[in-house]
Amino acid sequence: MKYAAKKLAALLATMLAVSFLAFAAFQVVAGDPATDRLGTEATPQRVAELRHEMGLDRPFLVQYGSWLGGFVTGDPGQSYSGGPVADLLSARLPVTLTLSLMAFALTLALALPLGLRSVRRGGRLEGAVNTVANQFLMALPPFFTGILLTWLFSILLHWFRHGAFPGFGADVGGSLWYLLFPAVALAIPRVAQTVRMLRSTVLAEMDKDYVRTAIARGNDRSGVLYRHVLKNSLVPVVTFLAQTMAEIVAGSIVVEQVFNLPGLGRLLLTSISGRDYPTVQAIVVILALWVVLANTAADLINRFIDPRLGGART
Amino acid sequence: MLEIRDLHVKFHSRCKEAVAGVSLSIADGEILGLVGESGSGKSVTAMSVAGLLPRKQCSYSGDVLLDGQDLLHADRAALRKIQGRDIGVVFQEPQSSMDPLMKIGRQIEECLYLHTDMNPAERRARALSAMARVELPEPETLYDKYPHQLSGGMLQRAMIAAAAVIHPKLLLLDEPTTALDVTIQSQILELLKRLNREYGMSMLFISHNLNVVRRITSRVAVMQTGVIVEAGATEEVYSNPQHPYTKKLVAAIPSRNKPDFDSNM
Amino acid sequence: MKTLQKAVRAHRNACFIAGCIITGVLLALILLGAVWTPYDPTAMRGSETLLPPSFTHLFGTDNFGRDIFSRVLKGAGFTALVAGGTVAIGGLFGTLIGALTGYFGGAVDEALMRLNDTITAFPSILLALVCVAVFGSGKYQVLLVLGIVFIPSFARVSRTAFAALRDANFVQSARLMGAGSARILFVHMLPNTLHILLPALTIGFNNAVLAEASMSFLGLCGQPPEASLGALLSEAQGMFVTAPWYALCSGGMIVALIFGVGLIGEGLQDGRGDRNA
Repeated sequence: MKYAAKKLAALLATMLAVSFLAFAAFQVVAGDPATDRLGTEATPQRVAELRHEMGLDRPFLVQYGSWLGGFVTGDPGQSYSGGPVADLLSARLPVTLTLSLMAFALTLALALPLGLRSVRRGGRLEGAVNTVANQFLMALPPFFTGILLTWLFSILLHWFRHGAFPGFGADVGGSLWYLLFPAVALAIPRVAQTVRMLRSTVLAEMDKDYVRTAIARGNDRSGVLYRHVLKNSLVPVVTFLAQTMAEIVAGSIVVEQVFNLPGLGRLLLTSISGRDYPTVQAIVVILALWVVLANTAADLINRFIDPRLGGART
Repeated sequence: MLEIRDLHVKFHSRCKEAVAGVSLSIADGEILGLVGESGSGKSVTAMSVAGLLPRKQCSYSGDVLLDGQDLLHADRAALRKIQGRDIGVVFQEPQSSMDPLMKIGRQIEECLYLHTDMNPAERRARALSAMARVELPEPETLYDKYPHQLSGGMLQRAMIAAAAVIHPKLLLLDEPTTALDVTIQSQILELLKRLNREYGMSMLFISHNLNVVRRITSRVAVMQTGVIVEAGATEEVYSNPQHPYTKKLVAAIPSRNKPDFDSNM
Repeated sequence: MKTLQKAVRAHRNACFIAGCIITGVLLALILLGAVWTPYDPTAMRGSETLLPPSFTHLFGTDNFGRDIFSRVLKGAGFTALVAGGTVAIGGLFGTLIGALTGYFGGAVDEALMRLNDTITAFPSILLALVCVAVFGSGKYQVLLVLGIVFIPSFARVSRTAFAALRDANFVQSARLMGAGSARILFVHMLPNTLHILLPALTIGFNNAVLAEASMSFLGLCGQPPEASLGALLSEAQGMFVTAPWYALCSGGMIVALIFGVGLIGEGLQDGRGDRNA
């Protein structure tokens, strides 16, 4: 419990630092949004009025404080494109969230059995085929696979209509079905990576002394693997999976573009090119929160698995 | 009971045989010592008895018979039935030889889980009594501890309890006291002696330390570069070594320590 | 043992050789593309639009009649340049920082590694996207941004490698013989970390290719008409129905680049953990 509290404090500290950096960085590059909005021909008086209206004449830390306060209470400010950022986010967050979770679930569901299978079957030829297939699958960028999947399943087989994402408000089942294809594109290289990681971790674990003890007690290969080695291999794998979650989120930004999905990634892109910094800032903080949450969760799970982490409970 | 006849083991990665024609036998209830420096082939001999030779990486010949059953050439499935049930093994480093993420109690009862059809409650009771027998304090509490929470000496007791819980015919002890400090060492030796006396368990005790072997065994075999150079009653070998290598080993023992060690018998 | 080791080594060697061949061919093509392409990659020929691959146009043409082979060569050059530059910057500074902190340790090491752990938790593409939003998306800006973004991951690998050797016997004996820190670090330790650093470089290169391709796919790297493979692929997606070979060739080039270097990395790895394979 104490450990969880400490982790939570670290999480908050990290998020505070990230949000401050994001805020400061965009404050610097944004220039003067009031001038931006009014154009260069506006009178200085009008600009000053708008600056006051937007709260830009306050000290930097006060601006940060009020922005952070707003963010925490669900109001991360006004978009330069008009309308509150919160409205933009609330429409798009579920899409990206669902897509990432689907891709992650797919990765888990495929990588764990495949990884264990590759450990149990250790033939020479199969090993070589595994390695090459692994490297090849890892080389498939999700945006390229996405295009190929679109061609196969949308243009050729008509399993889904590219560009016609129904939206969760209209059709939940249809939306999930549509998201399955980008999720597959995202998952393919991750599955290959995870299989490889799992395999090398388990094989390294197999060389440990306690494995010899387990064999000496009369365990068969699967007894050794499932009763002993697997649990011992889990800690690095869980850490790796948190990293994978983060990579999936990053990849989904690109894949959303391929599949014409109204998610955070596309919002981020339009905001970047439209110089809509309040929106960019909010998205950056949300994505960061996601990454930090995944890592914190991994730490907590690992502590649950391995009592040696974080000291003995005697 | 255990009969090794003309055992040869050669690893593919080495040009010399690790074990070059070893023959020895252990009678019921006997403790045999196997002494030699590292690389003399004593551990490989033990591994062939325990069925732990990496078979794909070496060639082997000869007979290893446990009550007439061939261990060296038995197939994996047959071997697994013997491992743990008829032969228990205790290794040198208790810290690394125990699964770090499995509770002590569960490791101790693993042999029961694998080789008997006891239910969990029976297994637990049996494990607890085994823990008491190896003089682990507060078995109920220790049962739920993890290896990193125990000292080396306690872990080695737990290892012995795990190997002995099912009363195997033979206990293989591969340098069981080497990683422990001296006082713990003699406690463990006393414990082993008692197990041998009370349950008639045969033991193969492997050590590079002649002094330790002398305290627990009645017969000893001395190995050098894969062959047994001298064998006989322990006191005989100790007081009147014949082979030059044995003489060197005996001469290397700091004799002053002897009375202190023996006093707590 | 020996036969197994041999088998593993042979298999790794095969990976290494295959990777070298693929990468070598691609590199030759890229260098060729830098000085000569069969057609002007930006020239539009109205009479030759949407031609499928043939001997006159190896990868076909797009719907403006541009030769895709020429475009892919130029694009691969662009991508390889940015990725190579990224690895050069990230690898150089990362290795240096990691070597120094790993060797000397202390409070600076602690603090830097904490910071490092936090930064490497974020995917490099994400960091690069944010930086590009701040600094702009020219070719050299992206190269610089990616290079900086890649420093922490290299630093982490190199720190681990150097810290592991800090107390090795040969390092201590060098120290006793009066060798200076710089000499110990670069003459004695560096060669012994290469088996870790080189595979890390190949992985870094592949991540850089992916990051660059992703960013140019999103239109955030380079200005038209110079186009990287990612930008070509994004263009090709729009004409997938009429000219599928465009997407296949530009995407395939990305895959081939990553696959080749990945195989080299696989071959370079010391085989630990794969002993039982």
